Formats: sequence, C-alpha cells, structure tokens
Amino acid sequence: MKIAFTSKGKDWDAPIDPRFGRTEYFFIYDEASGGSRIVDNTDVTYEAHGAGPKTAQRLFGEKAEILITGNGPGGNAASVLEKAGMRIYTGAGEMSVKEAYEAYKKGDLKQF
Amino acid sequence: MKIAVASGKGGTGKTTLSTNLASFLAESRETVLADLDVEEPNSGLFIRAEAGGEEDKYKMIPEWDAGKCTLCGICREVCNFNAITQIMDEIMVFPQLCHSCYACSELCPRDALPMKKQKMGVLRYFKQGNLSFVESELDIGEEQAVPLIAQTIAYVDRHCPGDVIKIFDAPPGTSCPVIEATKDADLVILVTEPTPVGLHDLSLAVETMKALKRDFCVVINRDGLGNADVESYCVRENIPVIAKIPNQRSIAEFYSDGKLLYHEISAVKDALEKIIAYIDARPGAGKTEKGAE
Amino acid sequence: MKEIVVISGKGGTGKTSLTASFAYLGAGEIIVADCDVDAADMHVFLQPDFANEKDFYSGQVAVIDPGICTDCGKCARTCRFDAIRVINGRHTVNALDCEGCGYCSRICPVNAITDKDNHVGWWYCSAIKTGAKMLHAKMKVGAENSGKLVARVKKEAKRIAEKEKKKLVLVDGSPGIGCPVVSSLSGASYVILVTEPTVSGLHDLQRVSELVGKFRIRSGCIVNKADLNRHKRDEIHAYLKQNNIDHLADIPYDETFTRAMVSGKTMTEFTGSRVRKILESTWNKIVNK
Repeated sequence: MKIAFTSKGKDWDAPIDPRFGRTEYFFIYDEASGGSRIVDNTDVTYEAHGAGPKTAQRLFGEKAEILITGNGPGGNAASVLEKAGMRIYTGAGEMSVKEAYEAYKKGDLKQF
Repeated sequence: MKIAVASGKGGTGKTTLSTNLASFLAESRETVLADLDVEEPNSGLFIRAEAGGEEDKYKMIPEWDAGKCTLCGICREVCNFNAITQIMDEIMVFPQLCHSCYACSELCPRDALPMKKQKMGVLRYFKQGNLSFVESELDIGEEQAVPLIAQTIAYVDRHCPGDVIKIFDAPPGTSCPVIEATKDADLVILVTEPTPVGLHDLSLAVETMKALKRDFCVVINRDGLGNADVESYCVRENIPVIAKIPNQRSIAEFYSDGKLLYHEISAVKDALEKIIAYIDARPGAGKTEKGAE
Repeated sequence: MKEIVVISGKGGTGKTSLTASFAYLGAGEIIVADCDVDAADMHVFLQPDFANEKDFYSGQVAVIDPGICTDCGKCARTCRFDAIRVINGRHTVNALDCEGCGYCSRICPVNAITDKDNHVGWWYCSAIKTGAKMLHAKMKVGAENSGKLVARVKKEAKRIAEKEKKKLVLVDGSPGIGCPVVSSLSGASYVILVTEPTVSGLHDLQRVSELVGKFRIRSGCIVNKADLNRHKRDEIHAYLKQNNIDHLADIPYDETFTRAMVSGKTMTEFTGSRVRKILESTWNKIVNK
C-alpha cells in the first residue's frame, strides 16, 4: 500500500498536519518498497480560495491509496478523493507521522 | 426610499432596530423589510407575518459536457478560484467555489462547459397588513453571500413600488456583503453601542461608508452602558446621532423571546419616532408618504 | 499542541470578551490568534503593541494601463461583476467590485490589463499585557476576510507556539458560516461555541454546530447571559444533549462585562467576582479536553 500522511515536516518524527487542504507537506510511504518521499504543498498556502480541491488533485497525482490526516478533508476535496478511490483515515491530528502509522496499523484511526 | 441598517460588528442591535422600525412604520404606512444578512438571517424570528411563499435562488455555474470535451485543460487554467479540476479523464466543477465569472464557459473552444442554474439559497416573502417582509438564507456550505444579496435587492426592486420605505437589514462587518447591501441605499443607519468595541467597529463602518460616499447617521443602542467616547467621536466627525435606545435588562429579555419592543417599552417607541422624524425630514421622503395613501 | 477555537455564529454573544478572559487565564503559557478579522476586537482587552507589521495580499485585482488601453470596451462587456466602467472617457476598474477572476486580462486585445496581487491588509505578531504573543490582522476598508488570511494568522500562531514550546493556541474564530469560519475550524482540536438564550442565539447555534459537525471536531458550548431567559436556556441545554455537545458553562447576565471592557480589562482580571470563578473552572475543563 502507498500511504500519504499530511505532515508539517519531512521525516517520520514530523507532526501530522491536522488540515488537509492547507497541509504543508505530504509524507508518502510505500509499504511494498519501504521507501518514502516528500511532496511539498506549501505553495497552496498562497491560494485565497479552493485550497482543498487543489491539494486533492496534487495528491491524486501521487497515486497514494490511503490518506492519513487529522480532521479530514472538506466537502470539495472529499469528492475528488472519493472519485480517486482513496481510503481516508482521520484522528491523527496530535500524533507524529510515525505514531500515526502505528495507530493505523493497530486499527486505532477512524475511517472517514 | 431605501434605508440600510448596518453595523461594524454583529450583536449591536441591527436586527432589533430593523424589525421594530419596520413594524412601527407599517402601523401607519406601506413598508418593506428585507433581511440581507443571508448567512444568519434573524429578522424573521421577530416578524409575525403570513408566509406568502418562497422561491429557490440560483447562481450560474458551468456544467461539464463529457461528449464535447477534449480535455485541453483551458478551463482549469483560466479559473482563478480553483473551482475546476481534472481527475483522470473527467472534469469536476465545485459549485461553492465558483464565482460565476463565465471565463471557463466562454473560453472553452468546444463549448463543453455551458452555464447552468445551481441553487445557492432560498428567498421567502411574507405579508402582514402594510408590512411586506422578504428574507433570504444562504445554503450551508455556500461561501458567497453577495450574489444572493444582489438577487434579494433585485426582488424587492421588482415587486415593491419605488416610493415605499424599504428597510434593509444589512449583514455585519465592513466587507463585500455590506458593500452590496448598502450600495443603492439613500440612507445608512449605523447601529452601535457606547463601548470601546462599539467605537472601534463604528469607526471601521464609518470609513467604509465614507469610501462608498454613502449618506449615513448613527443610532446608539444600550445607551448608558459604557462611556461617552462614541458620542464625542460622532461630534468630532460631524456624524448625526439621530436616536438613542437605553440600556435596560427588560429590553434584552423581550428580545430573547423574539418580541417586538416598542409596544412594551416607551423609550424604544420614542427612539423610533425620532428616527422616523429624521427620515421624513429628508429630501425625497415626501414621496414615501404618498405611497402610503 | 492543542488548538482551541471559539466561535458563535451570531455577533454580540460575548465571544471575544470570553476568549480574551481565557487568554488572561492562560497567561504566558499560550499563544493567542484573533481570526475575527472583520471585527478584530481582542486588542481592546489585551492591548497588543502592533509590532512586526507585515503586508497581506489575497486574490487579485485587475489594473488597466491607460497608456496601452484603446477603450475598445471588450473588458467592460465581458465583466460579470460590472467592475469596469467608463470614467472621464476612459475604462477604469472599480477595485471594490472586481472579483479578481482574471477574465478581462485574458481577453484584452492589446494586453492593457494585468492582474495585480490585491493588498487587503496587514498582520501583526504583537506582545500583549499577559506576556503572551498574539497574532492578529487589520483589513483595509471594503476588503474581505478570507480563508487565506485566517489560515495565515493561525499558521504563524502555531509556528510560534512550536518554537516557544507552548502547548495551546487559543483562536478567536470568525463569525458567520462562510469561508473564513471554515478556515478557522480547519485544524482545530476543540471548538467552543458561545451562545445566548435568545431566539436568534439558538437559531445561529444550530447553524454553526451543523458546520462543526461536518468537520467531526469535538465541541462544547458556553451559554452566556444564561439567566436572561430560562425557557430558551433549557431549549439550548436540550439541543446540546441531543447533539452530543459538551455543556461547558452557564454564565449569568452581568453588566460587569461591559464595565470591564470600558476599562480595557478582561472579566478574569476582577478577582473575587462570581463570573471569574465560573470562567476559571470552565478554562480548567477546556485545557483538559
């Protein structure tokens, strides 16, 4: 599985960004290969409106299958992610990326 | 004659003044009250009138025609509001983000994004004796109040004769919705309270009204509550303070039950009479009285 | 780090007064963010020094270069917002009406129109009297608060909280149910709804809590001026129970609120008052959520 985390930093210890649309980065972990990469989303901070769908489109391009975040995307972004068939898990708003991954593995996160 | 009742911040008594003023006026003449605070319309809670009906209000948004689209990407590129996105071979439109500028629709080389109606809210109208009441409510999740405010004003213009007094309960603040709601007003009444917060928000509203070159005056609500800074500000700035409504706990209590105040509290009635005298003394007000005959 | 956001839907419920009172109790341990940008009033209570002023731009506005413009009128016919009019014989953009859609600049046959970033206001990182830092903003006349500005103020607040190792960011949220309040809520760990026992208070509480529900954020409610109308207060209590919203406190109608404001003070600066006791225990509940 390819898992995307909304994150405020670039490594496993970075805190999860509880926001979806205006998240600073995506930390993307590929379970199959064990590799990870960072997608910079800071430019979306400069959008006055419609940050959610713009970020959703970017994430769609990354071909992740699972999204782990804090509060969950708003309606517009959710409809894009749904169309892309993404599974979304929420409730990781106060964790680090690593803790969020462990919580997901244990089944502690809520499916959106 | 159009009179907008506005305030820099919410909760100063804008709705209280609009509803009481309109109801009181309607005891002797034809009056229209329109609630333009479409994000949180509350005037209707104080008006007991028979429902005349309602109509859905629409804005225009593009609708994707898959058959004509070549996925050239121009629509996505021209949209400054991120309201269009492409997922695989599908174009998605986000109606709540769309500002109805028509750029995507008119610049599409294949005519694959014709503009269609999309509901953004509802307008309701009521009638009780001399009082016509119109209110609009934005659907939850809709982000733009301005088009609905514009349509509500257009409805009033279309359905109510020009020489009748029209009271517009404007949205709070100093941004686009207020500008839209006070655009055609002959007079703007700014409601404030005699406190530091009231003064700060009043001064913002005054700056806005000056920038818009509106004719405006002030009503002080909850008079006696704070200090005299609002009054000295108005004297300094040469702004007429046309009435004061005293601070009384009983006013807050009647309000909390959705009751009109001027029947119960003579000080409110006195204040309304002063406001009406000010309105009637203005040029163009004579026409209003003719409309009531 | 926790982010607590205070909202109310309608104005005049005492939201800012209460938020400032909590900010006083939180003292130097928290960071304060004023996202009620249209009516930014926290400064009345907390006396920020308006330090570190920075310009803020949001959206765009069309500007016509009169030296290039041939007054062909295509832009005015294209604009759906009636923002381009002929003044003294020349086509001119009225910035207050321009939505920044960029359509006119795309179709101008002589490229006389450019989209400029719209300067809408300023934001500040101030020191306040409690020793804490406060992030706040000021809008230009007629400029609209936007999700972007709220996001900006909150982002800076969180960045500073992280740097200074503070555990809590307290946000005075935006009014209404539009874009700014959605942005205020985004990223919140807990939402405080402030209402009053009036017909409009209940009506707006319902609308705004529906919005909070969409974000699946836990929330609690403070009923201000609770003894004003017992019947309406009970209705609010029932609504909270039904909708699984924590009932944080009932605060009595008290004109000390206004007297405090007039002297530039928060309610919690008056030791020994009954309202201060209620606010202290409410704040303890909130920080432990």
